[in-house]
Amino acid sequence: MFYIYCPYCGEHREEEEFHPKGQAHIVRPKEPESCSDEEWGDYLFFRDNPRGIHHELWVHAVGCRKFFNITRHTVTYEILETYKMGEQPSITAETYAPQSSESEAARVAKQAGVRA
Amino acid sequence: MSNVATFDTRTEANIPVESPLAYSYRRSGTPAVTTASRVVLKERALLGHLILRGGAIVLDEALREELGINLPGQPQGLVLDASGERSVQWLSPDEWLIIVPGGEEFELENRLRARLGDAHYSIVNVGGGQTVLELSGEKAREVLMKSVVYDVHPSHFPVGKGVTTVFAKATVIIRRPTEDCWELVVRRSFADYCYRWLLDAGEEYGIGVAK
Ligand SMILES: [Zn+2]
Repeated sequence: MFYIYCPYCGEHREEEEFHPKGQAHIVRPKEPESCSDEEWGDYLFFRDNPRGIHHELWVHAVGCRKFFNITRHTVTYEILETYKMGEQPSITAETYAPQSSESEAARVAKQAGVRA
Repeated sequence: MSNVATFDTRTEANIPVESPLAYSYRRSGTPAVTTASRVVLKERALLGHLILRGGAIVLDEALREELGINLPGQPQGLVLDASGERSVQWLSPDEWLIIVPGGEEFELENRLRARLGDAHYSIVNVGGGQTVLELSGEKAREVLMKSVVYDVHPSHFPVGKGVTTVFAKATVIIRRPTEDCWELVVRRSFADYCYRWLLDAGEEYGIGVAK
């Protein structure tokens, strides 16, 4: 069993009820007509693929059906926080400090096969 | 009064009406309720279902006036009237499910529309799309434990709670209106699947179908 906290339902729910929807905080250009092809292509197709902290959009598909955001660690898969649409993450790549740098290193070592 | 076009889905015309499980009863049978039945399944067919969407404060006021029930403001809330016949359930932060006795829904919809006026809201009659299955008996919870991913232990699922979750790969709304009864609100198109699943899951407890 794997639980995710839905900020709208206010409780932990089974992962089976959720779907990931990719990178969060992607802003649609206000005036698509005045975008260059490159800007529009970046908006439509290009996504970050960081090793470490990643902010993702998820939907509580079988539940309240609301979209919300998850801050997740792509190496340890740990979900660090979930927050509602329109809110900003409290944990970012800049502010993230693992509980212990040693244990983090050990966890990273276990995932040696993973390359950013 | 809003200018939304409404119509009563129940006509005066003499058309035979069948419950969503009519086909299942014929095809899969209806095991009798006996003294050995520790789970009893009963369909509460053709009730009035309305989906109410909008801001909680405005809707709460209208609902208290027209139905005499508070809008559950907290997630997973389920509130029933004194008779237990009418209920309102939290589905999401701006969405509630109202279930009333069959035939009352159109009149209620009109009264709510009249009271809500130009407020920002929506009411949709979804009665044709879903049905209610009621599980009772000492092993009802055991049947649910085999079927849903949600924790249905009484400490986690008290009376007055309702959740939308996964039931045997289908979607279901589980509700606990009273101490010894569980309600499953299922899609009409999934009703046969859910019915047969429940017969199978309940077989070891001698499940019976009350009609
Ligand atoms: Zn939710």
